[in-house]
Amino acid sequence: MKLKSVSLFEFLIERAIQVAGISAIVLVALIFLFLIKEGTPAFFEISLTSLFSARWYPIEDYFGLLPLIMGSLIVTIGAAVIALPLGLATAIFIAEIVPSWAREILKPFVEVLAGIPSVVIGFIGMLVFAPAIRVALDIPTGLTAFTGVLLLAWMALPTIVSVAEDVLDAVPKTYRDAGLALGMTHWQVIWRIVLPAGRSGILTALMLGVGRAIGETMTVMMVTGNAARVPLTPRDFFMPVRTMTATIAAEMGEVAQGSPHYHVLFAVGLTLFVITFIVNMAAAMVVFRQTKRAERMLS
Amino acid sequence: MLSRQNSQRIAYILITLAALVVVLPIFYIVGYIVVQGASAINWEFLTASPRDGMKAGGLLPAIVGTLLLTLGTAIVAVPIGVGAAIYLSEYAGDNTLTRAIRIAIINLAGIPSVVYGLFGLGLFVIFLNFGTSILAGSLTLGIMTLPVIISTAEEALRAVPQSFRLVSVSLGGTRWQTIRRVVLPQALPGIITGVILGLERAAGETAPILFTVAAFFLPRLPQSIFDQTMALPYHLFVISTQVPGMPIHIQYGTALVLLFFVLSMNVLATLIRRHYRRQRVW
Amino acid sequence: MRYRKVFPTLVVFLIFVCGLILNGCSQPATSSAEAPTSAIQNKGSDTIVNLALAWAEYYRQIRPDVDIAVTGGGSGTGIAALVNGTVDIANASREIKDKELESARANGIEPVEFVIARDAIAIVVHPSNPVDKLTIQQISDIFSGKITRWSEVGGEDRPIVLLSRETNSGTHVYFLEEVIRKGDSEDKTLFSSDTLLLSSSEGIGTEVRQNPNAIGYDGLGYVTDDMKTIAVGVSPDQPYWEPTVETVNQGHYPIARELYMYTAGEPQGQIKEYLDWILGPEAQQIVLDLGFVSVNGD
Repeated sequence: MKLKSVSLFEFLIERAIQVAGISAIVLVALIFLFLIKEGTPAFFEISLTSLFSARWYPIEDYFGLLPLIMGSLIVTIGAAVIALPLGLATAIFIAEIVPSWAREILKPFVEVLAGIPSVVIGFIGMLVFAPAIRVALDIPTGLTAFTGVLLLAWMALPTIVSVAEDVLDAVPKTYRDAGLALGMTHWQVIWRIVLPAGRSGILTALMLGVGRAIGETMTVMMVTGNAARVPLTPRDFFMPVRTMTATIAAEMGEVAQGSPHYHVLFAVGLTLFVITFIVNMAAAMVVFRQTKRAERMLS
Repeated sequence: MLSRQNSQRIAYILITLAALVVVLPIFYIVGYIVVQGASAINWEFLTASPRDGMKAGGLLPAIVGTLLLTLGTAIVAVPIGVGAAIYLSEYAGDNTLTRAIRIAIINLAGIPSVVYGLFGLGLFVIFLNFGTSILAGSLTLGIMTLPVIISTAEEALRAVPQSFRLVSVSLGGTRWQTIRRVVLPQALPGIITGVILGLERAAGETAPILFTVAAFFLPRLPQSIFDQTMALPYHLFVISTQVPGMPIHIQYGTALVLLFFVLSMNVLATLIRRHYRRQRVW
Repeated sequence: MRYRKVFPTLVVFLIFVCGLILNGCSQPATSSAEAPTSAIQNKGSDTIVNLALAWAEYYRQIRPDVDIAVTGGGSGTGIAALVNGTVDIANASREIKDKELESARANGIEPVEFVIARDAIAIVVHPSNPVDKLTIQQISDIFSGKITRWSEVGGEDRPIVLLSRETNSGTHVYFLEEVIRKGDSEDKTLFSSDTLLLSSSEGIGTEVRQNPNAIGYDGLGYVTDDMKTIAVGVSPDQPYWEPTVETVNQGHYPIARELYMYTAGEPQGQIKEYLDWILGPEAQQIVLDLGFVSVNGD
């Protein structure tokens, strides 16, 4: 619909709207450029072998990123692995199993979970959850990767539940009816028809949950113990770790501007930016391909 | 071999258990904080400044700080966000530029909050020399909140049926007149819901304000946007990890105030959405 | 138009918010005679922060026209802020490093050092821990990871969980240099990589209070009654000393240090008056009240 604007006022407003529209691109580019500007000097000031060593102790010039990367990875993957089935199950529960009056109560409740600030969850985790884990599992301390994984999984749930709900909704009613007509039980319809049909959407949910988990800062800072050790064995899952996000938050205040430590922290931020960029792009591509397929099928 | 009925029963039991594992802790956490923190809540707690090394007194500077930052975030994010949503919904064509904008929004939504803090530190605090200030903090939080507002506002705008626009055009309205007088008012409840939810998230964030605005203790309330300020999420973090001998009920009381502030925004948004969904004319 | 119903609600909400802000803004006006031009920015060591806060609060009562903004963040943070020129007084629980001095001078800032209190670093463990005393060498071996079970130092057969401050903490640096490296500047031993780095002193306290495997270190001012302190000896044949104000002042307790405030250049005006007051008897009494050791040695 091409409409002509009639006055100068309208012309200006519409220009302003266009500017607002491209602002998203401008901002992403700005953030990216800034991280590059402040982060790349780190690669010149510190050798690559040093950056990939296993010791992170910046005040003595040990800038090994390996423990931080591994820490973030183990916590993120653990959280995603736990959150996906739980989130799916909850979405199925809400969408397919409970009567609609219960649905109206449960959906806001899951949104409440999304609203609880991460510092509050970290607070409870530190005071209540971590000691309980220490006692229950008889491990040296409750401030571990495992604790972080549990809390992060729980925090990623609203994202996964809402995406999964959309996925379940999107599966056409005809599919379900076909299954029921063939004499399948309701559960068989869900398990054999609906879930496989929503495969790519579930993958999207997983990736978005991963994106949420990897970026979490305050909760992990308060419950994972922040020890920069490289987790290698399954036992290490119940030991402290240090994530990239907690490192930036804990150390950024102390650095002198322009020092190698300053640059390395920005480099870590750049790494986080790139990782979330890739994960989110992958999720978007999956959705894009799925809409394309749906369009083809329906036409 | 299990009968189909039995497998269904088992599956349903497992799923119900899973859902309980997800939902019950919400009650537990909120309930626990309410129970432990209620004893600290009184008029003084909410309206006085902290004293005695912050172990007594009240939360006023932190509450005011969070309110100011939320207001600042709204001032930054709402005009740009709603404007961008209007662009995407009403003006944008199906071309590369639009796709690039959408990719950019997806990315902005995924950037970790601490990376926003880094960005805010580098650009607003240091490069533009705003210092640690409400201005820097609001700008940082505002940019962080943009993707949420853009997505929900665009959805609200798109939900308005095309017929409304056609009627307006057939009566001689220009595109902007159509938006301003027909589409926008109809979409307003959805937009407001999205704005409130976005602000709710901004109010509870700690990492972006760590290096851009938050102060441990300020003797008086901020007087200008170039001042630092205390804020509830940072205050909770500080008193639970940095002050020795902090009475436990004050910690829980602070958590309770923050939780209440954030969740009441949540409730408000849900109520608005529900109320206007019933009143919708389409 | 439907949105007219939402609008009044928004207006009411905004009025409420403004009312709250204005109400808050009006409060301090009644307690200060004139609005000062700017606050004294005081930032740095988390060890000192509660002392600095107590001082700032007390000073407000005798000098209501002077505002002091206190922030923590660690000694490293405070000194970095001094180097960057964004703070008036930096609190540090360790001496400024040569590298930092150079950076400051390169920015045209000449840091001036003031000793404002003394502190003992207490080794803390869970109250049920049977171990009572350790030598410096044992503590060094524990924290560098050479000793990993309590049974090796006369305790129960439990793993040792190491707690430490973050690397931006002056306490952390002091502990590294004076205890783990035993004061030898050529020594390159580090904390064990299994050490939990907790964001502040209270984090250490929280963990020590409920974990029988834990050992941590912290300033004397942060030791509470529900923690147990270890008596420290220089070597097995020398006496072991508990960390108290007396043992520090008598020079017996081996892990004692000075606490500093650094200013950018010689202090003038309000900053100078504040520092003079800090070194005086009133402020030093507050030092004692908070569990530190005063500079006047009483």
